[in-house]
Amino acid sequence: MKRRVVVTGLGALTPLGNSVHQSWESAVTGKSGIGPITKFDSHSYKSQIAGEIKNFDPTQFVNKQEIRRYDDFILYALAASEMAVADAKLTISPEFSERAGVIIGSAIGGLSTLEEEFGNLFSDNPRKISPFSVPAILANLASGHVSIRFGAKGPINCAVTACAAGTSAIGDAYKAIAYGDADVMITGGTEAAITQLAVGGFGAMRALSVRNDDPQRASRPFDKDRDGFVIGEGCGIIILEELSLALDRGARIYAELAGYGCTSDAFHMAAPPPGHEGAARSMKIAIKDAGLNPEDIDYINAHGTSTPLNDLYETQAINFLFGEHAKKLMVSSTKSMTGHMLGATGGVEAIFAIKALQEGIIPPTINLDNPGEGCNLDYVPKVAKSKEINTAMSNTFGFGGVNAVLLFKKFNEPS
Amino acid sequence: MTLEEKVIKLVVEQLDVTKEQCVLEASFIDDLGADSLDIVELLMEMEEAFGVEIADEELEKIVTIKDVIDFLKQKGIN
Repeated sequence: MKRRVVVTGLGALTPLGNSVHQSWESAVTGKSGIGPITKFDSHSYKSQIAGEIKNFDPTQFVNKQEIRRYDDFILYALAASEMAVADAKLTISPEFSERAGVIIGSAIGGLSTLEEEFGNLFSDNPRKISPFSVPAILANLASGHVSIRFGAKGPINCAVTACAAGTSAIGDAYKAIAYGDADVMITGGTEAAITQLAVGGFGAMRALSVRNDDPQRASRPFDKDRDGFVIGEGCGIIILEELSLALDRGARIYAELAGYGCTSDAFHMAAPPPGHEGAARSMKIAIKDAGLNPEDIDYINAHGTSTPLNDLYETQAINFLFGEHAKKLMVSSTKSMTGHMLGATGGVEAIFAIKALQEGIIPPTINLDNPGEGCNLDYVPKVAKSKEINTAMSNTFGFGGVNAVLLFKKFNEPS
Repeated sequence: MTLEEKVIKLVVEQLDVTKEQCVLEASFIDDLGADSLDIVELLMEMEEAFGVEIADEELEKIVTIKDVIDFLKQKGIN
């Protein structure tokens, strides 16, 4: 029998703030975290804007040596995991270590390290390549370093399912607990890929917004003038726990993670198909997994990337699955404020969905002035909405045709 | 700055240790908490700083701070 899984800790670094509290406060007040790219000189790139982490002080979490050696995606994961573990008041004792695991996703891993080392290779010689380069590049080293930091010796993995990576990671971590492989999982997504190759590459695909003269208005999911996503970075980590363990230790329970759905489009390497049947199916599977019906869903934190295709097809998928109920549920895209944090998105947006449940506030879709053609849902435009909800889903879709959906619900004591 | 001071300054920066820990007999692994990757990186910094090349066979003989200084002196660096 499937065991129940609850969320007991949250940690985040986002373009909206360097904690869950700051990020959430900014999100519910509709602030934009987007600005001109400062990480490299972007003047010859088509897209010159991004949601960057600002004023992050890694010395609070790691020593100088670690800062020099680890790629930012690892530093972000260590920082957010420290916050999440502290928030959960969790101690992983040596006796318990084998029951605690880590799955942190990342779309790309240490891309800035990779680019830097290629620079050394081309301008100098192979002898200049750092012995710390490979472990800074490998995407699973966020999970690796977090497991070392907390002595978590249970299941370890890394989802690299592009922009769905954080959600895939949380989904797999949920299953590890539900089916008895672990009792506690540190999970989420991390990304630090605002680099020349990523901005150039996504730009070449015409996937990025080029509204360079108005960065804060560039990410505008579901709006008729949307012109692509804005690249972001960040990390969102949650602590998942088997229910009876959380109750026994008197942990604060934010929400229950009740369902997970994952499907593939089997269609195109980067584009979703019209109608996005795979997305509808992943939502349906998550709802069924939770033992609920479509009418029970109150809020969807949408993938809502601000690309012409995603927003229309995601809307079609929601309409197809929910029928009449599609008009009643609320759908918002917090990417309007954070930009698209690639593999970190699933972690951060899971946290926004959980906070929406906990606080009864739905974060808005900012910059939604005029809904695009076919975009006919309640997207909570511009201003947050206060409303008690019982269920919140988080949709994320990734290149390669990945559709991953988490379903959180308000926690009710077992009777 | 003497050669010894220069070497110790680099060790302090690279290994995140204190100057006081860097006695001549200090072993990188046993006393300064380094692992084999740390030593490779440290010696790459030494190569850069002093304009020398350290061959892999020589690298294996370097255990303490004194070994580094002796090696550099052998290469004619003061």
